[in-house]
Amino acid sequence: MGDSVCISRATSATSATTVASRHSAFVRVTHWITTLCFIALLVSGIEVVISHPRFYWGETGSVLTQPLFKLPIPSSRALVPTGYGYVLPDQNGWSRALHFQAAWVLVLTGLLYLISGFFTGHLRKNLLPGKADLSWRVLSTAIADHLRFKRPSEAEAWSYNVLQRLAYLFVIFVLFPLVIWTGLAMSLAFVSAFPATVTLLGGQQSARTIHFFVSLSLVLFLLVHIVMVWFAGFRSRMRAMITGRAGTDKEPT
Amino acid sequence: MSDLSRRKLIWTGLAAAAGVTGLGVAARIAQKYGLVPPDHGGIYGLGETLTYASQRLLTRHSLAREFSRSQISKRPVPNEMPPLNEAFKHLQAGGFADWRLSVDGMVARPGTFSLAQLKSYPSRSQITQLACEEGWSYIAEWTGVALSHILELVGIQPQARYVVYFSIDPDWWESIDMADALHPQTFIAYGLNGDELPVGNGGPLRLRLPRQLGYKSVKFITHMTVTDSLKGFGKGLGSAAPEAGYAWYAGI
Repeated sequence: MGDSVCISRATSATSATTVASRHSAFVRVTHWITTLCFIALLVSGIEVVISHPRFYWGETGSVLTQPLFKLPIPSSRALVPTGYGYVLPDQNGWSRALHFQAAWVLVLTGLLYLISGFFTGHLRKNLLPGKADLSWRVLSTAIADHLRFKRPSEAEAWSYNVLQRLAYLFVIFVLFPLVIWTGLAMSLAFVSAFPATVTLLGGQQSARTIHFFVSLSLVLFLLVHIVMVWFAGFRSRMRAMITGRAGTDKEPT
Repeated sequence: MSDLSRRKLIWTGLAAAAGVTGLGVAARIAQKYGLVPPDHGGIYGLGETLTYASQRLLTRHSLAREFSRSQISKRPVPNEMPPLNEAFKHLQAGGFADWRLSVDGMVARPGTFSLAQLKSYPSRSQITQLACEEGWSYIAEWTGVALSHILELVGIQPQARYVVYFSIDPDWWESIDMADALHPQTFIAYGLNGDELPVGNGGPLRLRLPRQLGYKSVKFITHMTVTDSLKGFGKGLGSAAPEAGYAWYAGI
């Protein structure tokens, strides 16, 4: 048992067999709910963009105005001039419904994660970098190691390295809040109650454009995340996030 | 089984039971206060309900953003529409002189209004944004009579909960709750940017609902019904939108 105890100290790695838990049950459950929601948001978000693959800046924008940029893809609506001779099937109905439902589940899961992470010390112990780690020496070594695709040390099976911590904190406290904010800023009803949420961004179409770029950043994070997990040992890292067990057994190559 | 895990099991069970009971109570309260949308069934019902309930609580009286005259879009999008039917063409040939809006249902004095009559009532204007679910938007000045004014004329009964409104295009009908129906910015619009409302933007008569997406602002409206239940309309999901896979509530 003991799955609620999260051991993050590197010292335990030496004596660890498979008894201690790498990730608490709460972290594991919220991680995979977030994963599912993110995939649903990504697929449905792409479908919604296909209905109007043009982006603008300011309050308004339409096929009758100059776009900031266009995506070179066909559209699901005949009204949009894409240069393609065909129109894709319209998937906006279920896409919008799935997008908002997944957003609700993700936001509520995220809130639970933050509350629990604060009170269990998960955020402080596992994500906040130690003072010593924030020196330029440590950081530059970590960056150099990553650039050389150096395999992580044994200790890292038990604790996040400093770049990992910074990346996760950035995703949790910058990218996710931004994507939620810009999403809400597109809601006509929401901004009627909180107009500053959209005017601060420069308008509804600006909110849509920023939403697109923050989403791209999140996708970029996901890709790097998967590549890093792959380098660190896909099976052991996946096992740690699914079962909580982080053995020291060697990855079969 | 250790003491720790048994205690954990009991607590998990209690928490789950409390959670289920809590959800049941929440559903009852939501139903009572009109926080459950008519399309709450189905796999996306949870999301639709959370969105409608939270936005209804936050935005019951809030006003849609209004813009300055200089922010009006140069070209209000007359988006594509199916070829309008014979009935429409006939009325259009007569300069819409015979266009009528009938209002019935749970009202004391059902009535039929001509365009001239509607224009004789206190006119209001708003410079608001029309946003489409596709992602585009424009700002225009809409002129019309407040829906609340018409509802006052016909005298809605206290048990009324929704207003259902129909386009001359039989496939397009929508409904709104009383919070939106009585909202000061909900118009029966007949003017755009100081002119008659063009056919491309829904003329001669369009419902204008600036706190929801464009598809709720039904074009070419001819008929309205005040009701306490949406069960008898179409498939009972509230409007044509959910039957086509779209949300009944389009505040987001």
